[in-house]
Amino acid sequence: MPKLLTGAEIVFKCLEDQKVEHIFGYPGGAVLPIYDELKNHPSIKHILVRHEQGAGHAAEGYARSSGKPGVVLVTSGPGATNVVTALTDAYMDSVPLVCISGQVPTHLIGTDAFQECDTTGITRPCTKHNWLVKDINDLSKVIHEAFKVATTGRPGPVLIDIPKDIQFAKTKYKKPNKEKKLNGKSHNKFSQDQIDELVKLLSKAKKPIIYSGGGVINSGPKASQALREFVELTGFPITSTLQGLGAYPGDDNQFLGMLGMHGTYEANNAMHDCDLLINIGARFDDRITGKIDEFSPNSKKVHIDIDPSSINKIIKVDLAIVGDVVSVISKINKTISKRKNGHRKSNKSNIAKWWEQIEKWREKDSLNFVNSDESIKPQHAVQRLYELTKNKDTYVTTEVGQHQMWAAQHYKFNKPNRWMTSGGLGTMGYGLPAAVGVQIAHPEKLVIDIAGEASVLMTMQEMSTAVQYNLPIKIFILNNQYMGMVRQWQELLHEKNYSESYSEALPDFMKMAEAYGCKGIKADNPDDLDDKIQEMIDYDGPVIFDCHVDPNENCFPMIPSGKPHNQMILGPNDQKENKIKGKGKALV
Amino acid sequence: MPKSKSAYSIPTKKQKPDTYIFVVWVDNEAGVLARVVGLFSGRGYNIESLAVAEVDAVKNISRITIVTTGTLQVIDQIRLQLTKLVPVHKVAEFKREDKDVIFKEMALFKVVGKRNKIEKCLNACKKFNPVILDETKTSAVIQITALRREIDKMNKKLKPLGLISTSRTGAVAMTRGAKIFN
Repeated sequence: MPKLLTGAEIVFKCLEDQKVEHIFGYPGGAVLPIYDELKNHPSIKHILVRHEQGAGHAAEGYARSSGKPGVVLVTSGPGATNVVTALTDAYMDSVPLVCISGQVPTHLIGTDAFQECDTTGITRPCTKHNWLVKDINDLSKVIHEAFKVATTGRPGPVLIDIPKDIQFAKTKYKKPNKEKKLNGKSHNKFSQDQIDELVKLLSKAKKPIIYSGGGVINSGPKASQALREFVELTGFPITSTLQGLGAYPGDDNQFLGMLGMHGTYEANNAMHDCDLLINIGARFDDRITGKIDEFSPNSKKVHIDIDPSSINKIIKVDLAIVGDVVSVISKINKTISKRKNGHRKSNKSNIAKWWEQIEKWREKDSLNFVNSDESIKPQHAVQRLYELTKNKDTYVTTEVGQHQMWAAQHYKFNKPNRWMTSGGLGTMGYGLPAAVGVQIAHPEKLVIDIAGEASVLMTMQEMSTAVQYNLPIKIFILNNQYMGMVRQWQELLHEKNYSESYSEALPDFMKMAEAYGCKGIKADNPDDLDDKIQEMIDYDGPVIFDCHVDPNENCFPMIPSGKPHNQMILGPNDQKENKIKGKGKALV
Repeated sequence: MPKSKSAYSIPTKKQKPDTYIFVVWVDNEAGVLARVVGLFSGRGYNIESLAVAEVDAVKNISRITIVTTGTLQVIDQIRLQLTKLVPVHKVAEFKREDKDVIFKEMALFKVVGKRNKIEKCLNACKKFNPVILDETKTSAVIQITALRREIDKMNKKLKPLGLISTSRTGAVAMTRGAKIFN
């Protein structure tokens, strides 16, 4: 007869069989049996955070940078509610997380017991699926299924709520079932006919554009490789969403930069004027499309996505291919290569004029800014950071706001999984704990959180985690003493009524660094910037870098909401020309 | 046009909504109805009526029938979002006007009054298979099965005849002929 194991032992058995190496968590009454068992499983390392939200974001950073699911362990009640923000963030950005939460014993459920909350009820809308395990015999099956749900199809967070008595109860352990199909939900449903139709569209296009998104990253490094081949084969221009950065090299000539609200002039105009739009693993988010009615009005639209519910959700498309990006693109590449002879010649001359037009848009140099000798411009700071770190395999996380957009615009990523940012939910406070998770997954790599001073204060306590585990993360704060993006909207749309967007009584980040036991560096002069950044990079240990930047800088270019792609506001250099509105501008 | 002061776009023209019936086969497990209903409320879809019960005790399958309104795009989304839920096995939807589908609701009417009024009520319900479930000298409970709007109509019509309480189910649906929902 096989040995009987407790629920807590089964949790670790499952984690071992799922090849989990790290869990991010915080102990409490309802998970103590699991924590008690931790010492018996040396292959699994527990990272103690300072707040459960930090555990969630750290697991997100871990998952996004490594491609493996992140695992979170929290207690009942406040432990579970604190992790809700991170679960929602992971849900919006399709990050695979497995969250295990403790629950009060089954006989106390529903009695308003100490630290009880309806965890599965609260997390139902922000997880792909969740389970409350009320029978010890279900536990191993549920945990294995949870990993499967989190990592297959469009990835996302799942939660397993385990009451304390179940953690003590004993049963036999069941290994994961290899063949088991997930409820008949398959993900690669595309046919060769669809691929042929797409290839036909490719060969006919005169003004094509590829718009790639986070789905390419989620499909794994091979998908990025396939995408690069595809772009090379077709010679088409490519733009990327915020989440897709790194899937295609940021410094390549065929790359037009990011599109959308703070995207480049060339990318947005190309989206507007194109005759063939190929969306690969993106979801027509409202920050991308601008005004729906005038979104890319004259194009045939193709959408490649693993999630059928993304198709026609916002933009109606002419051809939808439901499947994993890597399989779809590889199939397309094969099909193109087969008929390469005719295709290569005809198509590249077809789109020569289009490239001329794109080059004209490019001449606008829409990411430019007026640099200064007196104060550090935030864009300049990001550019210098990029120049000084580009030869290392650097991982960048961000918080949310102006600094995030500047990082996306000026830091060029050449590899997937190097860029971790909160896009869908826009969670301020994401970057610092995410950097902790990234550094855990890649101990030898340089990990930088490009932060704003307001965002970073939301999860600053995780510096303590970084110090405890000696994680040399670099927190690069673009300190403008404002919630910059809020201030920018107030300046542009609310008659400069800066309601509550100024950060009064900011802490001294140098002293804060000292208090946490890490290094603090402060820069306020553009002349010293390079040396100080170098000092940060060279320091072996966590650093808080307080970079004082011009507080009045705005993030341009920008599509005001409710406007189409061809009505962008450009930076100060172009403000004069900017008076030409609407149609006139489309002709520029 | 007034200047947009929002960080979000302004809603644009909308299509006309239609009424659809969804039939959803789910694992009969704790919380499954909350998942389905939560999806509707969370995404702002409308539920006109809802009927749910286990239909296969061996395979543990429940069948949920939901009447909803929405534009074609919304209806597509509802189907695709429902299909994504882990305990959902199969989703079928059809227009209310679909001639190939039978669509029924049941109502219980409690009528209080003299015998002749109750008789009048029964008479009025004649077309809808009335069954008397309970009868006293001064009251009756009448069961009818009909379409939603027919029940609405009867509800109004019986008020002056002594109807004091109505209880009704959501709609259930079944295809005509030998074929079943795909």
